[in-house]
Amino acid sequence: MAARLSAEQKRGIGLVAAPFSYAIMLLAVPLLAIVLFSFWTQDFMDVDTTFTLNNYREIVEKPIYFSLLQRSLYVSLCVTLVTVVLAYPVAYFVSFKVHPSRKSLWLFLITIPFWTSYLIRVFLWKVILGYNGVINSGLINLGIIEEPLTFILYNVNAVIITLAHAFAPFAILPIFVALEKIDRSLLEAAQDLGESKLMTFLRVTLPLSMPGLVAAVLIVFIPTIGDYVTPELMGGAGGKLIANMIQVQFLQLNNAPLGAAIAIVAMLSVTAISLLFVFLNRRWLRGRS
Amino acid sequence: MSELIKLTGVQKYYGDYHALRDINLTIDQGEFFSLLGPSGCGKTTLLRTIAGFEGVSSGTVMIAGRDMADVPPNLRPTNMVFQSYAIFPHLSVAENVAFGLRKSGMSKADKATAVDEALTMVGLAGYGARAAHALSGGQRQRVALARALILKPKVLLLDEPLSALDKKMREHMQVELIRLQRAVGITFILVTHDQEEALVMSDRIAVMFEGEIGQLADPETLYRRPNSRRVAEFIGKMNFINGTASATDEGAKVLVPGLGKCTIPAEQFPQGVTTGEVAIGIRPETLAILFEGDKAPRHEAEAVVDEVVYYGDMTYYDVRVSEVEKPLTIAMKNLIGRPVLDVGAKTRIAWDERSLVVF
Amino acid sequence: MKLRIYALAYLLFLYAPIILLPLFAFNDGTIIAFPLSGFTTNWFAELTENKALHAAVRNSLFIALMTAIFSTLLGMCAARAGAMANFPGKRGIIGFVMLPLVLPEIIVAVSLLVILRQVLGVNLSNWTIIAAHVLICTPFCIAILNGAFQNLDPSMEEAALDLGESRWSAFRLVTLPLVMPGIISSMLIAFTISLDEFIIAFFLTGTNPTMPVYIWGLLRFPASLPVVMALGTLLVALSIILLTIAELLRRRGIKRAGGTDKGGFL
Repeated sequence: MAARLSAEQKRGIGLVAAPFSYAIMLLAVPLLAIVLFSFWTQDFMDVDTTFTLNNYREIVEKPIYFSLLQRSLYVSLCVTLVTVVLAYPVAYFVSFKVHPSRKSLWLFLITIPFWTSYLIRVFLWKVILGYNGVINSGLINLGIIEEPLTFILYNVNAVIITLAHAFAPFAILPIFVALEKIDRSLLEAAQDLGESKLMTFLRVTLPLSMPGLVAAVLIVFIPTIGDYVTPELMGGAGGKLIANMIQVQFLQLNNAPLGAAIAIVAMLSVTAISLLFVFLNRRWLRGRS
Repeated sequence: MSELIKLTGVQKYYGDYHALRDINLTIDQGEFFSLLGPSGCGKTTLLRTIAGFEGVSSGTVMIAGRDMADVPPNLRPTNMVFQSYAIFPHLSVAENVAFGLRKSGMSKADKATAVDEALTMVGLAGYGARAAHALSGGQRQRVALARALILKPKVLLLDEPLSALDKKMREHMQVELIRLQRAVGITFILVTHDQEEALVMSDRIAVMFEGEIGQLADPETLYRRPNSRRVAEFIGKMNFINGTASATDEGAKVLVPGLGKCTIPAEQFPQGVTTGEVAIGIRPETLAILFEGDKAPRHEAEAVVDEVVYYGDMTYYDVRVSEVEKPLTIAMKNLIGRPVLDVGAKTRIAWDERSLVVF
Repeated sequence: MKLRIYALAYLLFLYAPIILLPLFAFNDGTIIAFPLSGFTTNWFAELTENKALHAAVRNSLFIALMTAIFSTLLGMCAARAGAMANFPGKRGIIGFVMLPLVLPEIIVAVSLLVILRQVLGVNLSNWTIIAAHVLICTPFCIAILNGAFQNLDPSMEEAALDLGESRWSAFRLVTLPLVMPGIISSMLIAFTISLDEFIIAFFLTGTNPTMPVYIWGLLRFPASLPVVMALGTLLVALSIILLTIAELLRRRGIKRAGGTDKGGFL
């Protein structure tokens, strides 16, 4: 096999070896390590390395873990739905309505907030949604409400709004890329063949942009499960999520094996839902064609 | 002329794909040689094995009597004009042309003189200070030529150098390349898919199909005596009629349906004289519509005009003759006083058995 | 038209927190709420006196600089291999290197914590954070550098070889100058990400906190919030400047290599 590789292929393998071995050492090996840890137990300051399913048993038996996981998945799904639905028209607008020379500028403007001061951005949502916050004082000044709204801070809603804001560019970019790839003459062809603008969108644009939509869903859904900053700052007592629990196990209770098991369960649930989504989407697309 | 490049039994595989099949070829000093073929026939791969960008799976590449097996491209006595020209966009025209002189040990003044000479040779005198990205397609090509020729290679390799230019510019550059090649006396190897370009420019042409050389000959032989049907179909236009032949001592008696009988010598059977079913090839310009006052031809036949395509200098007729299903194409010069026939017109056509090729 | 209004409203939503930041940074009041009470630059002045903050900023700048260098180097290797001939498993290998892009950060954080502390027994320090930041920044660097490398005509380097240069000098004289804007842009992005990253840094930080970890501590004390606003304003301004430079360079790089801009960092 190796003898069949051309000189250029060998150089390519040599080049990719550096980032690949880095990812093996700092990603694959550590991931394996937490899998291993999840089958061990914490014994005060030491780790007991006898194989056990106790950590997983505890997660299944204690309702706190299940309800946290359930709430986390619910939040992630809501965030994904909100971000993708809000993002699609923006991606569509930039791809179809903005002059080509200004597309980069729009994308740039959309991505900037994503790169800046994550912690402070999350904190400022507290200022916007808070008891004396921008929204409440604004609405009171306008005379729309008399008492400040309280359902928008220190609960799950606040977490969803803040996360949706944080992940917005992640949803816009893949959809935009997919829309850009669509040959514009296809849309003209559909209208030429007698479809209305709306039907053209539903029968041509939407199915062709589906890969971007799927990418957007995955790229928002999977990472949101791992955020503990937003629920910590915005969620109040009832808005804590599974990531907070992982963080507490590792950094406060010093129970790395249980934390590892929770992390794996969370990861597996997210992966399972993602795979199910991809599978259903494929079935749907195939069913149409 | 002395032998400069010798390829012996060159094979090239990409995985399971057989890109070059047993190529044997010699190219002489000072020759203008073309590799012609449809896309994917291996002509560019062959050029790149000569340049050293591709290794060979087996066989040898010799340049000036030296085996090139372990010689990387930067140490081969070849230089290349790339299809995209690969003009370095971050350098000026002069810096591009002087690129290969970096390790030459020449003084700055000598380099400048050499660059000026090279630019003058390609008709770009005074362009040295320009930015490379501000050049037109034709100018880029001239810079690419100057950049390669300044190193005085034994062989200049040209990978589809004219394909990016418009038709007028292409025809102009064909003539310039011929002139340039004669002036410098360097061996040129040109890769092209344009048969006309190859015919116009080359001393010899190798026609390639699916990794092998189908025919290697000078342009006239290639055009008049293609050695196979696929070469005949690739070079120019050719009518084919299915006829019958019966071999004789010097050749064969051939019955051309719709046209008549004739005797054809063995040299017009590139694959050997056969008896039985044959395919007879006739070039459109060797057929003629007979107009009033034309000299009596060697042979003539009845025909009906089926289609007329008017090109200005030429008119292409598709005519039907009896017993032949497909119409025959005839190319006629639009001489003074010669009318253009209408579709459906009955006419007589002239043919000559000396122009036939039988497979 | 309706779509344009929606898109502008969406941008406003995206920028809402950032717009508020300078308002409170210059507000002469200790409570972060409306109404505003007056103009002051006190909070910025306080920034200059906070020794612990200065140490945290120094740490973060060091970490970000190292991360920028190493992740860009790894990104260059991957992007260059990506632009070269296919070899068996190439897509899988590059896909694996890009994986941290979609992995929840907390998973990366805890798995690295386990391997570094419990298995290898390494003391947490700036270098443990750098190791993790390089891992998560490399995919972004690859994405940016891919643009630079794939727009490059492969015959450029071949032409240099053909004109007598060795492989390394062909890379140095032709490829490197052409992808340089992409390299700088990649370093700036990696720098910005690392400077701002909190989730992983919080797990892997040693005795000296990074700037985001230090800010996290401040967020619990209402009295220190105006100072945080002032710091945030400076950081946002810095990020916008760095990102603008990165974007301009990325575009110039694509132009220089003779490609067309397809837009966006990703």
